Amino acid sequence: MSILVGRDTRLVVQGITGREGGFHAQASLEYGTNVVAGVTPGKGGQRALDGAVPVFDTVAEAVRETGANTSLIFVPAAGAPDAVMEAAESGIASIFCITEGIPALDMIAAVDVVRARGARLIGPNCPGATSPGRAKVGIIPGSIHLEGRVGVVSRSGTLTYEAVQAMTDAGVGQSTCVGIGGDPIIGTTFLDVLQLFAADDETDAIVLIGEIGGAAEETAAAWAGEHLADVPKVAFIAGRTAPEGKRMGHAGAIISGGAGTAASKVDALEAAGFRVAGSPTELPGLLRDAGYRG
Amino acid sequence: MKLQEADAKSLLVAQGLPVPVWEVAHTAPEARAAAERFLADGADKVVIKAQVLIGGRGKAGGVKLAASGAEAEAVAGQILGMDIKGMTVRKVLVGPAADIVKEFYLAAVLDRAERGILLMGSAEGGVEIERVAETNPEAIVRLHAHPLLGLQDFAARELAFAMGLGAHLKAAVAIAKGLVTTMKAYDADLVEINPLAIVRETGPDGTTVERLVCLDAKITLDDSALARHPGLEDLRDPDEEAPEDKEAREAGLTFIKLDGTIGCMVNGAGLAMATMDLVKRAGGRPANFLDIGGGARADKVAAAMQLILADPKVNAILVNIFGGITRGDEVAQGLIEARAQQTRDVPMVVRIVGTNATEAAALLEEARFQTAGSLDEAAAKAVEASRAAGTAGAVA
Repeated sequence: MSILVGRDTRLVVQGITGREGGFHAQASLEYGTNVVAGVTPGKGGQRALDGAVPVFDTVAEAVRETGANTSLIFVPAAGAPDAVMEAAESGIASIFCITEGIPALDMIAAVDVVRARGARLIGPNCPGATSPGRAKVGIIPGSIHLEGRVGVVSRSGTLTYEAVQAMTDAGVGQSTCVGIGGDPIIGTTFLDVLQLFAADDETDAIVLIGEIGGAAEETAAAWAGEHLADVPKVAFIAGRTAPEGKRMGHAGAIISGGAGTAASKVDALEAAGFRVAGSPTELPGLLRDAGYRG
Repeated sequence: MKLQEADAKSLLVAQGLPVPVWEVAHTAPEARAAAERFLADGADKVVIKAQVLIGGRGKAGGVKLAASGAEAEAVAGQILGMDIKGMTVRKVLVGPAADIVKEFYLAAVLDRAERGILLMGSAEGGVEIERVAETNPEAIVRLHAHPLLGLQDFAARELAFAMGLGAHLKAAVAIAKGLVTTMKAYDADLVEINPLAIVRETGPDGTTVERLVCLDAKITLDDSALARHPGLEDLRDPDEEAPEDKEAREAGLTFIKLDGTIGCMVNGAGLAMATMDLVKRAGGRPANFLDIGGGARADKVAAAMQLILADPKVNAILVNIFGGITRGDEVAQGLIEARAQQTRDVPMVVRIVGTNATEAAALLEEARFQTAGSLDEAAAKAVEASRAAGTAGAVA
């Protein structure tokens, strides 16, 4: 099955005629993803990706004409919240927003609209998701993956690549890798993704990659301790050396008032039965230690 | 971006919130002149407050009272130039001292877990809210603004009653709603009033009245939204931003200076943090956090190298690039160009994997860079290089 993206994904790319949108839509297509449409207002009727994909003016039209069920957004920050709401209002079920630098308050309204429509938003400021061998929606390099049964969820981009590469090098394949994004206001949390993995019959183990700031890792850990007690679980937390009160690149990565520290997250994860790695390269070994035999 | 108290208060006033009058003084004589105006207007005393972007000013001696112009000048003279937790005080706020009846706490903050705006109020004002949360959590009232409608009247009333502000209901509701309006008007992450206070004032006819006012204000703005509020960028305090921070911001790099010896250049925030952590784990100390971002080309790499080398403590550099959007060969080319220009020779360990890593490896080999395969190996080599350089420095 895998989660979020797979063989039944029918992808519409919002912002497909832009530089980033075009490049990554092409890479998703080459990976084998079913890219059915692109949307750029004013460019409806054109074709993108060397003629392979029709472009529409609106998401509603793309959904009507192609049956798109998943959207990938590369629209610049000023228009991205609107693009998210357009996708939700058009009946898209899973919305991946790659755009970074969106004002946080804009996302509060967008997340509310997505919830009201019963859709799911992943991101913003995320690398997307890949189910190896099936579909890739986003900017994670396709080459780092290996098909397998470990679910990976992360707040980061390149750090996820590092961890996934280490797993692949060690022969540990992945069911789905999801980047949930480094912003303070995001649509899908660690907890949401763990619940999806828990319900997936093709995911047998969990890798969680967190970082300083907020308490989403702690919340997810508490749930996993109770509901994923018998599942091999490993984690890595970035930011052990981060000073308090400084935003470490990601808008959401900040320790404030002594809360959101790496130590607090590591403690919560270990208490919930996660094995926490000191380096991303240790993740596959720790999975084996935790009893994973895939 | 954090705002100084005086700037935060200006934004509150612009949104119609009750804030007692104040003036900003940069010198002791300016503070005296301001104090004399307030005293002539009927104030018994004036308060002089250090304007620095850090909490705990009062405890550090940065907030003092004065009863005369001369005393105000003397007190301001002590506070100006004072060092508060590493920040030098360059200006003070002067205002009439308030006759406080009772202090409260009220704030609007971004709530990540609920994806909304959280209002937090407490009848225990004037102390750090983190301390109240630890010692007396039930003393904090929490409720959320509506995601689309903002703080509704009924919710503001509920908050006011729960805080014990029933006697000042109308003012409390207006202030609570005003915090949310302020947050939205300027894209703030945090609008905090501590203390919100009932103060005793003498009316024009000589009678005593009690009024609810914002005595202090703390506002943090969302950096991602600054572009749509062009006026707010002017409030950035140049004294509070280190030159290297400004240089990094203008080059489109995220740079945070630390106090170690190993300069780090990485693409991606999470990986940059992890790289610092691994340097520490290998026994070294990172000199900085530096994210060159996605798709960085040669010019950005050169700017990053300059920033790192500007720190005299740096005696080794670790470059860690996992190419996705970023192309490894462009970073390698940038490193070669940067090294040709650099003014001092510092050992460098380079690891480039992902997109165009093979091309990068060829370039680096030809230019005789020290390279590493894994992140762990790169960290170990950088620590070793830093140690060797440190020892050599000690001998020299």
